[in-house]
Amino acid sequence: MKRDQALKVLAQHYPDGIVVPVYQAAFDWMAIRPHPLNYLCTGAMGQGSSHALGLALACPKEQIVVLDGDGSLLMNLGSLVTIGHQGPCNFLHIVCQNGIYEVNGEFPVPGGAEVDFASMALAAGYREAHTFCDLDSWARSLPDILESSGPILVDLKLEAGKPYPRDYPAIHSEAARERFRSALAVRQTG
Amino acid sequence: MGEPLRGMNIQAALHEAHVEFVVALPDIVTCDELLWPIARESNFRLVNVCKEDEGVSICAGLSYAGKRAILLMQHTGFLDSINAIRVMGMDYQLPIVMMIGLQGLEEDRSPSESAQNGVRIVEPILKAMDIRYLVLNDDSDSSAISKAIDSAYSAPQPLVFLIPRMGKPDDYEA
Repeated sequence: MKRDQALKVLAQHYPDGIVVPVYQAAFDWMAIRPHPLNYLCTGAMGQGSSHALGLALACPKEQIVVLDGDGSLLMNLGSLVTIGHQGPCNFLHIVCQNGIYEVNGEFPVPGGAEVDFASMALAAGYREAHTFCDLDSWARSLPDILESSGPILVDLKLEAGKPYPRDYPAIHSEAARERFRSALAVRQTG
Repeated sequence: MGEPLRGMNIQAALHEAHVEFVVALPDIVTCDELLWPIARESNFRLVNVCKEDEGVSICAGLSYAGKRAILLMQHTGFLDSINAIRVMGMDYQLPIVMMIGLQGLEEDRSPSESAQNGVRIVEPILKAMDIRYLVLNDDSDSSAISKAIDSAYSAPQPLVFLIPRMGKPDDYEA
């Protein structure tokens, strides 16, 4: 399954919600679904799931989707337990698993593509976890997943798709942070 | 030296500053007098984390929705979280408010005079990162907490409270 194809499926079913994407998934997502509620400023590698938990606790009426990476999540595996313990029902944790540090020389992550994040999530207290290897299964299952109570982890076994530009200044920009902050304020008062 | 720092007065200051979330990993300096009472009180939402840099990012996410939080941890957790604090605090200027217990600080020394390397380097690191900090030496210092938190969220900018030691229950029985 190509990552851009998988993310286009997500964009189709989740056009307007809050998304916390990291690294190459962030660059892809910015091109596929440009939106002020993309939370791009996770800053330090591995921290996407924790930023998303903060948002989920602060905004219990909003669905929060995090587009994590396998290398990133491996840096913050304890966050699975923290999230499982807090149990936010509005939390969908998608792991884009390609088995490599894609933006850091494509070197393999420990465990390669065989790491079983779905089992880890269930053991950590997530309500559901799924693994998808093909686009059709992902596309068929996503609507039900979006309707289900979290925290849910979805492990997408992926390979790189269309190469979207790596616009680091954009994801670290003050403008991106202000855009998100303003959009969230409007959303919460609307 | 004034009266020993009391957890109940820190809690009152946090309420005064409209702090809703306490994100924490236990620290022996603050656990009995502050973290356990907070865990027992229902007026804060306690988020136990497995590692301190998670807490930095959780506080960041909360701040975007206007929710106030403190991150309670030991100085070793601060040292372990420098990169996350660098990004969220220095680069993004988010109001990450931290209370840091200085485990191992000797009774008769200030943090900068400690023989413990981990304690002694905390203040120089905060200065190098240009992060504002206050040392809560005794109970009278609690009165500065609320206003400092208000300032951190208004600016916005990160803020650290250093806690050298706290009173023990026996201190208050007389």
